[in-house]
Amino acid sequence: MAEHTFKAKLHRWWRRVAGHDEALLVSDLPEHLQDKQYDSRIVLRLLSYVRPYMREMIIAIILIGVVTLAALAVPYIIAQILDKAIAKGDVALLLRLVAAFVGVNLISWFARSGQIVAMVGAGQDSIYQIRRALFERLQQHSLSFFDHADVGVLISRLTSDVNALQDLVTWAVIGTAADMFTLVGIVIAMLSLDVYLSLLTFAVLPIMFVLTLLWRVRARNRWRKVRYYHGRMLGYIEENIQGVRVVQAYTREDLNLKKFVEEVNFRFNQAQGNAARLSALFFPGVDFLGSLAIALVIGFGGTAVLGQQITPGVLVAFTLYIGRFFDPIRDLAERYNTLQAAMAAGERLFNLLDRPLAVESKPGAPEMPPIRGEVVFEHVNFAYNPELPILHDINLHVRPGELVALVGPTGSGKSSLVKLLNRSYDIQSGRLLIDGHDVRDVDLASQRRQMGIVLQETFLFRGSVAENIRYGRLDATQAEIERAARAVGAHEFIVNLIDGYETHVEEGGANLSVGQRQLLAFARALLADPRILILDEATSSIDTQTEKLIQDAMDVLLEGRTAFVIAHRLSTIVRADQILVLSGGRIIERGTHEELLAQRGEYYNLYTMGFMAVPLDEGVAG
Amino acid sequence: MKTLRRLLQYMQPHRRAAALTFLCLMIVTVLNLIIPWIVAQVIDIGLGKGEKAYLIQAALLIVAISAFRSLVSIGQRYGMERVGQLISFDLRNALYDHIQRLSFTYHAHAQTGQLMSRMAEDVNSVQRFLGVGLLDALSALIMLVIIIGILVAMNPRLALLTLLPMPFLAVLVVYLAQVMRPRWRRVQQAFAQVSTVLQENLTGVQVVRAFAREPYEMEKFDTANRAYMNERLRTVRYWGISSPVLGFLVACGTALAFGFGGPMVIRGEITLGMLVAINSYVVMLSGPVQRLGNTINMAAEAAASGDRIFEVLNAPRTILDAPDASDLPAVEGCVRFEGVDFRYGDGKQAALHDIDLEACPGQMIALVGHTGSGKSTLVNLILRFYDVTHGRITVDGHDIRDVTLKSLREQIGLVLQDPLLFSATIRENIAYGRPSATDAEVIAAAKAARAHDFISSFPEGYDTVVGERGITLSGGQRQRVAIARALLVNPRILILDDSTSSVDTETEYEIQQALNTLMRGRTSFVIAQRLTTVKNADQVLVLDHGRIAQRGTHAELIAQPGPYREVYDLQLRDQEEAAEAVARTGQRAF
Repeated sequence: MAEHTFKAKLHRWWRRVAGHDEALLVSDLPEHLQDKQYDSRIVLRLLSYVRPYMREMIIAIILIGVVTLAALAVPYIIAQILDKAIAKGDVALLLRLVAAFVGVNLISWFARSGQIVAMVGAGQDSIYQIRRALFERLQQHSLSFFDHADVGVLISRLTSDVNALQDLVTWAVIGTAADMFTLVGIVIAMLSLDVYLSLLTFAVLPIMFVLTLLWRVRARNRWRKVRYYHGRMLGYIEENIQGVRVVQAYTREDLNLKKFVEEVNFRFNQAQGNAARLSALFFPGVDFLGSLAIALVIGFGGTAVLGQQITPGVLVAFTLYIGRFFDPIRDLAERYNTLQAAMAAGERLFNLLDRPLAVESKPGAPEMPPIRGEVVFEHVNFAYNPELPILHDINLHVRPGELVALVGPTGSGKSSLVKLLNRSYDIQSGRLLIDGHDVRDVDLASQRRQMGIVLQETFLFRGSVAENIRYGRLDATQAEIERAARAVGAHEFIVNLIDGYETHVEEGGANLSVGQRQLLAFARALLADPRILILDEATSSIDTQTEKLIQDAMDVLLEGRTAFVIAHRLSTIVRADQILVLSGGRIIERGTHEELLAQRGEYYNLYTMGFMAVPLDEGVAG
Repeated sequence: MKTLRRLLQYMQPHRRAAALTFLCLMIVTVLNLIIPWIVAQVIDIGLGKGEKAYLIQAALLIVAISAFRSLVSIGQRYGMERVGQLISFDLRNALYDHIQRLSFTYHAHAQTGQLMSRMAEDVNSVQRFLGVGLLDALSALIMLVIIIGILVAMNPRLALLTLLPMPFLAVLVVYLAQVMRPRWRRVQQAFAQVSTVLQENLTGVQVVRAFAREPYEMEKFDTANRAYMNERLRTVRYWGISSPVLGFLVACGTALAFGFGGPMVIRGEITLGMLVAINSYVVMLSGPVQRLGNTINMAAEAAASGDRIFEVLNAPRTILDAPDASDLPAVEGCVRFEGVDFRYGDGKQAALHDIDLEACPGQMIALVGHTGSGKSTLVNLILRFYDVTHGRITVDGHDIRDVTLKSLREQIGLVLQDPLLFSATIRENIAYGRPSATDAEVIAAAKAARAHDFISSFPEGYDTVVGERGITLSGGQRQRVAIARALLVNPRILILDDSTSSVDTETEYEIQQALNTLMRGRTSFVIAQRLTTVKNADQVLVLDHGRIAQRGTHAELIAQPGPYREVYDLQLRDQEEAAEAVARTGQRAF
């Protein structure tokens, strides 16, 4: 096996020596903690967002050049002060040089301010555009896309991944330029002052490079582990706070504390310690190299001063340059990490942007005229995945105003059928006509605007109750909102809320009961006044009074519309104009309640089994 | 100040590490100060007097000192980070333990997010201050004193002049941080708004699509996105314009040193080496002075964080074992409520009035009533999540307040409507209440709970990880794992919520079977939504506004008018009709 190869052994040895003895591999880390090598295509595409701000970029780069030059000039001026002014006793020159020194620092101050302002402007704007483009793209996707997408992942794309790019565009690019300028500048300045001393200083560079390289990779890995274990720890805490009832009911406090202290918190603490140990080794190492270089310069350079080959000022300038020499090297190493993270983020973002749309309006498709509500399925076949057909040869004719109840076991195709209606997916073959228009030939938005969906799980937005109802029709007046609320019987509970219609709805409608949320969703749908309504009946239990309200509200809502209901309530099914019994993606039976019961077929079986979430006594069923 | 002193107590256990670190810090500080002095000697003696040997010695001395300094500074850097980390480790442990033992009165009002931010941000800010911040400030202070001493010894007048920008530097650092902090907070808030809009849009995507509200959503997002961009732009711009002034102030120190010191060298009042050394010291000082300023801000932040942390740690645990509490012996399961009144801590109205009931071992009690009628409160009292305000609850004759919490709760099983599983393997979840259970016992429990089949169908079987980092179980599957979890504890008393939302018929049936297995032979309290449950119950209690409005068996209650009939008509009748339809046709479904 692979574990016995020499390479694997070497790898294990290295991991042990390098302190990677923890079980966690980088490849085990979550996506956002992984990185990617330099990829010029991603960079080019990123640059296309920055291109409109080329002017700002160029200004920023010029200004950072000024800052760098100023920084390099400082040791030179000091050398001049020592050699030309003080050594020769020229006070006037001294004051001029000091003035020049202050001037150079003033320029540096202004240039740095200007550079940050220019850079941030360009960076923020391009980041704004990228985030906007991503959100826009998400709005264009049909529901089919979201069936398979993880909301948490999408959110982290638009937040942390975009932020990684923000760091790159705002700081890393300009920082890299600054570091490069500084490095080159110092090398030139040193060489022009004294070649011999310069070469002496450069002698420590190879060690510095090796040290930095070693540190870079390992520091990154260790910090990633810190973040990883931090996330794990927070997850653990959160879960136990939310589940505190279970924790206490099962008297797990002692055990959970032990696990927290000895594992969860301990691992995080250990990861933090590992990271701290590494920095504690690296930075003094760098400092030592700096001192070594200074010692070399003093030892050899001092001798040169005695031999009159160089002036004392040059010697002092050299020590000052050495002090500024190592920072850019270390920064560059750290920036490489930023670059890799941004590269990975960029790749993920562009993948998301490039994902093709599953359902689109045809170019130039006409608007759907006002719908009367006739729905026809002609030999409709549908599959999410061509190898696993979901709906077979569905034929259906629904007249305007009819109520269609869909019945069948989970996975029989009920939800898929209604999803086709508002074109969340496109069918593979056959035709789906609304008022005689093939839905693929009309403008998508104009069709969807005339259709309503009420889901089992009611989703409310943060905002006032009125705003939530208004979501059905944005230009509705307060009077219209109240009328809709009254019609579905929601008005009474709304006016009893603290601020009536202006009561703030918390995230997920947490401050409202399940029944109240459903009533609001009904009011919202009623206000939208769709011609075709899709309704997924909720099965969750609510209190009796609300249950009654909801049944009444449904009557109001369904009236005068073509409605497709995934039905769970007996009362709904019984009064449907057509009941479609689905099984294995086919309509196996259709008709009214009485007709179907009389057939003694699958409907009858389902019915007697209690398909409306009614478990039966064994005594009754058996 | 009181908060900071209390925080400092957390340093107590690590005082040796802290002292050692501080020692290292002192050594490093002193060694740092020696180097400019050596350079000064090099300039004055080595170069000034032309002693070549002195140069070589100085160079070697620098190498030796730096090598030593680097070694010590490894300890100092590690120690500074580590002390803070160890303190935060202890703080998190204390917080975690306290939070998980706080009673329900507390948890009912505390927001998870708030508690989480105590454990994360607040602990971090304390860590930063007590570790790096405090020691750094100490070292900066000491350095300041020594440097001022050296400068004054060299030349008091020049010392005073060159140190002139330092107070400004310190004040400016403090000021800038104070100005920037609210700004950055606004940026964070603006960003939070972006995430909120995004999250709502994504979780509510079906509603957005249903009403074709994409353009409206786009506008909403754009507003938030633009507001965030502008806020960040303003803040970074402000910072960009104001912060480089710090660098300029440091440069002013150097300018003053040379501007006034240069002529003094020329006049022979000080040596050239001294001038170079003074400049080095002034530059060297600017770092600690800035850090000192930062530490003041850190201290303010840490004090605020400390207040929030202690607010949690000071919250009293209201449900505690009585001082003379004994363990509840193995019970038969006879639960009695005797004249129980209960009122939530801040409630004006009592949540339960005058409840009397007796559940004999093995009986099933069904609780029926509207939302808010007191069903959940009643079962919470049995577990002693809250203490009764009046009256008493006994289990086998023992007042539950006289026995230890652990021994009481160990004999009660709980299955919630939305069963909470933890991010762990299925095996660990089932064995949650009895971690010592053998594999055979876990599997037996899973089989009895009708969960074995679907668990075995996973490639990893019982080792499948559920939750955030693993697979997501369906509602029905979670329910059955939770039932297995309760079964494994083999409690004498059982509390459960029999309403399962949106599961398909077969699952529903399986869950019902599992619940029946679970309840067999135990005293059970069921918050009932199902006809089957109320029909099988030995007693049905109809709760209304915290009182038992009616009690009896289903057959007794259905025969008389009253609240039970009302509940029955709306919630249960549908189920009855379906059952009757079957009976009418006289045929078996399966």
